Amino acid sequence: MARTAIPGRLTKRAGWWVARLVDRREETATACTLVLEVPDWPGHLPGQHVDLRLTAEDGYQAARSYSVSAPADGERIEVTVQRVPDGEVSPYLIEGLSIGDQIEVKGPLGGYFVWRMTDPAPVLLVGGGSGIAPLMAMIRARRAAGSRVPFRLIYSVRTERDIYFADELRRRVREDQGLDVAYVYTREVPEISPAQAHRIGVADVNSHGWPPQLEPTNFVCGPTGFVEAVSDILVALGHEPRRIKTERFGPTGA
Amino acid sequence: MGIVSPGFQGRRRPAEPNLPPGQYLTEDFPVLSAGPTPRVSLTDWEFVLSTETGAESRWSWDEMWALPTETPTVDIHCVTHWSKLGTNWRGVSVDTLLDGVDTAADYALVHSYGGYTTNLPLDDLRDGQAWIVHQYDGADLPAEHGGPARLLVPHLYFWKSAKWVRGIRLGLTDEPGFWETAGYHDYGDPWREQRYQGD
Repeated sequence: MARTAIPGRLTKRAGWWVARLVDRREETATACTLVLEVPDWPGHLPGQHVDLRLTAEDGYQAARSYSVSAPADGERIEVTVQRVPDGEVSPYLIEGLSIGDQIEVKGPLGGYFVWRMTDPAPVLLVGGGSGIAPLMAMIRARRAAGSRVPFRLIYSVRTERDIYFADELRRRVREDQGLDVAYVYTREVPEISPAQAHRIGVADVNSHGWPPQLEPTNFVCGPTGFVEAVSDILVALGHEPRRIKTERFGPTGA
Repeated sequence: MGIVSPGFQGRRRPAEPNLPPGQYLTEDFPVLSAGPTPRVSLTDWEFVLSTETGAESRWSWDEMWALPTETPTVDIHCVTHWSKLGTNWRGVSVDTLLDGVDTAADYALVHSYGGYTTNLPLDDLRDGQAWIVHQYDGADLPAEHGGPARLLVPHLYFWKSAKWVRGIRLGLTDEPGFWETAGYHDYGDPWREQRYQGD
């Protein structure tokens, strides 16, 4: 639906949008999704991120980058935040920010780690831990657009309890044709799983990814060590390095 | 001043004059790259400096490190808001490589193994502001941090310090690089918070 700009409404200043928290959803014991309403939000591509900025009463500010985990829904955007122990910003976002509170948003940012619906190439998504967030935006965008581009997701988590978007992923696999999801458990496998707990390896990527001959686009997101390992495996399996897009979450004390 | 977040305290540190606006201090060394880490063997490695006329100067790995090296200790600032102060490097000053090179160029396009590029004014590579470095903290530079060698231009946001550096092309016109094409600032001065286009 077309919107009419409201004259005089201050929605953006010095590059920062003024957003309001309208909902929050717990994803795991240490992560939650913030639903923000951003008046006049211009939209974003799946995979892009935003900066969130907090201001204390004396003017002190702190900003961090977070992945957007869903396609834009009008003026609503969803940002999934992993709580960093002893972090400066994430604990406040998860526990301190209340429904109705305002927060500043800059974005959308990053034009490279994005899935474009016009690209017909099959897609492999490989996520480690909280690295699922931008990949989930791609899965949801594919669904929203009714795209038939074949998608595969390999999702590495410590245990079943650490799966973000668990119910929705189960539903997506049932309902979305051409989407496959495989899990790798690094600490503890579910009781029904035949596999042992292990770190992602060549066999996982080979079994659950695409052959390089299909020239898929590979998106890899997670902690640095995970991304290094998976992208090295993809290169060794014969994927063109330019078809491997990475986003690394360092231990940055966010 | 922005929108006040009720109850937000933040982690204030003693006033740190070396921290640009919008940055926070980190003790570890995060990695940011758009793709896989290229592995470059030292026997194949070479560095090529070319000018606007097409003239080229080339250095093999051994030739590069036979040049006089310097050990800059500098602060680095990533556009993703982290800064790391007092980092120690060893490398060859870009002034040394430019010595005797005849050019009227105003711009440089730095290119890397793996295809990465970044652009900056040539003046920002001169006068002791930039190095080709191969050691970090007294040890060989790890591949994920840009080894075997990367550019170090610490007065600009760190994406300008191209990892896996392969060469510099000097030109009369400004040609945007990889992140600059993807919406990041053309110049990237951390003290003026030039993160994105339009900042």
